[in-house]
Amino acid sequence: MQIILENVSHVYKANTPYETKALDHVNLKIESGEFVGLIGHTGSGKSTLVQHLNGLLFPTEGRVIIGNDEIKQRGGNLKKIRQKVGLVFQYPEHQLFEETVYQDIAFGPRNLGYSEKEVEKRVKEAMAAVHLDYKSLKDRSPFALSGGQMRRVAIAGVLAMQPEVLVLDEPTAGLDPRGREDILQEIAELHHKLKITVILVSHSMEDIARFTKRVIVMNKGKIAMDGTVREIFTRVDELESFGLGVPTVSILMHRLKGMGIPVPIDIFTVEEAKDAILKWQRGKKNA
Amino acid sequence: MLKDITIGQYLPGDSVIHQLDPRTKIIGVILYMVGLFMVDKLEAFVAIALLTLLVVWLSRIPLSYLLKGLKPVLVILLFTIGLHFFLTPGTVLWQLGPLKITLEGIKQGVFMSLRLIFLVLVTSLLTLTTSPINLTDGLEKLLEPGRGIGIPAHELAMMMSIALRFIPTLLDETEKIMKAQIARGADFESGNLWQRAKNMVPLLVPLFVSAFRRADDLALAMEARCYRGSTGRTKMKQLIMTGKDYLALAILVLFVGWAVWYRFVF
Repeated sequence: MQIILENVSHVYKANTPYETKALDHVNLKIESGEFVGLIGHTGSGKSTLVQHLNGLLFPTEGRVIIGNDEIKQRGGNLKKIRQKVGLVFQYPEHQLFEETVYQDIAFGPRNLGYSEKEVEKRVKEAMAAVHLDYKSLKDRSPFALSGGQMRRVAIAGVLAMQPEVLVLDEPTAGLDPRGREDILQEIAELHHKLKITVILVSHSMEDIARFTKRVIVMNKGKIAMDGTVREIFTRVDELESFGLGVPTVSILMHRLKGMGIPVPIDIFTVEEAKDAILKWQRGKKNA
Repeated sequence: MLKDITIGQYLPGDSVIHQLDPRTKIIGVILYMVGLFMVDKLEAFVAIALLTLLVVWLSRIPLSYLLKGLKPVLVILLFTIGLHFFLTPGTVLWQLGPLKITLEGIKQGVFMSLRLIFLVLVTSLLTLTTSPINLTDGLEKLLEPGRGIGIPAHELAMMMSIALRFIPTLLDETEKIMKAQIARGADFESGNLWQRAKNMVPLLVPLFVSAFRRADDLALAMEARCYRGSTGRTKMKQLIMTGKDYLALAILVLFVGWAVWYRFVF
């Protein structure tokens, strides 16, 4: 499922005093099976961009093409596109409404018109994908669960539609470190097993560095940078000019280097940093 | 679609109308309404339209923006016109079975809808040119004399400012939840009335849940800052009436006087 954005612009509240240009001639191509991180300062256009991917917003100018279909306000096959591109909003647990976990997750596939048997199968699979126990949780009220579990139910609700592209807008916001880690691991697992395309919007440079391969940086409605994790996170000054930072371990490595310690500076995850520092320590002992 | 609602919105600016004391504007709107309902001749409506356009021009708010705010009341307008056209007794102009349109009905219907249009225009103008804080401050000040007879002025004003403050928040929230459900294949736009009402459940339940959660949070935050209601509360910004305010009020009093005179003398 290839995603192509051609010259896409989006203007909010056109012709009013509140007119704002949220996207400014964006060109973007995401190949099938990629794991892309999308970062940018608040108001940089990230959320607007992802809402174009499944026809919740329509470009004021330009074209959005998902697979073989162009997204059109009328006449296009929006339902099909919305099934193929699953969008998990920020704080998705705020959209829960059903009496039981099962019913809530079944909402999506039922809207797509699947048989009850198929719906059940999908609910089971979706719950398994986010490590929720089907038997003990399916009849519980989603409102009686913990925050992390509610988030999982909401994500399962999107997964049950079996999308080929999964877009997650800050999926770990407001969770404790353990919850963050679990959810990110589950997403990585999904990407790995089902080979679906994942687009992860996040403020956490650590998460982006650890899980994604390609990073897209947005600034003022434009794509400011696009490249591999290594390419992006070595351009520290540019990132800072966009109000963004680099992972904390990168800063640590820069500082160590500045103190005259021979460590590489293109390091973005704690694991890599640990290895590099240990290597340096051992080298010192052997010398 | 939700972005069309202009009632309750505030457009910052520094026009003459923006600068007026909120009390002047509230009383002004009330006087204007009295005048509006006194008037019952076409030429008088022209005069009202001119006065209204003058105020709109002074406020520097684009007329197109105001007119867009009329969209949500369109249904009520059509309903009013329909009822008046068919149900007013008088000279019959056109008849089909039990349905008949009368001359008086047309007159009544047109006047009533004109009144509604001006009413919505002027009340949106009030909120568009007055920040919610000013508006509630003004209301509180106006209601204060009533405290002796048990009108909880401060509490009413506080409730109003909270309600106003949460209109955009709830609209945003509605839009967000709607989008989230549409992304899961929900359909809010087709089907018959019953189906549409049923399709609203996935929107309304989360909306209520979040409204209650917000109310809880807000109550807690207010208590944490020792909010105890009106007793002993002072204001940093006192409202002061200036020459402009007295002039505006004088104009409106004259206007009402003229409307009454025009109605009963001619």
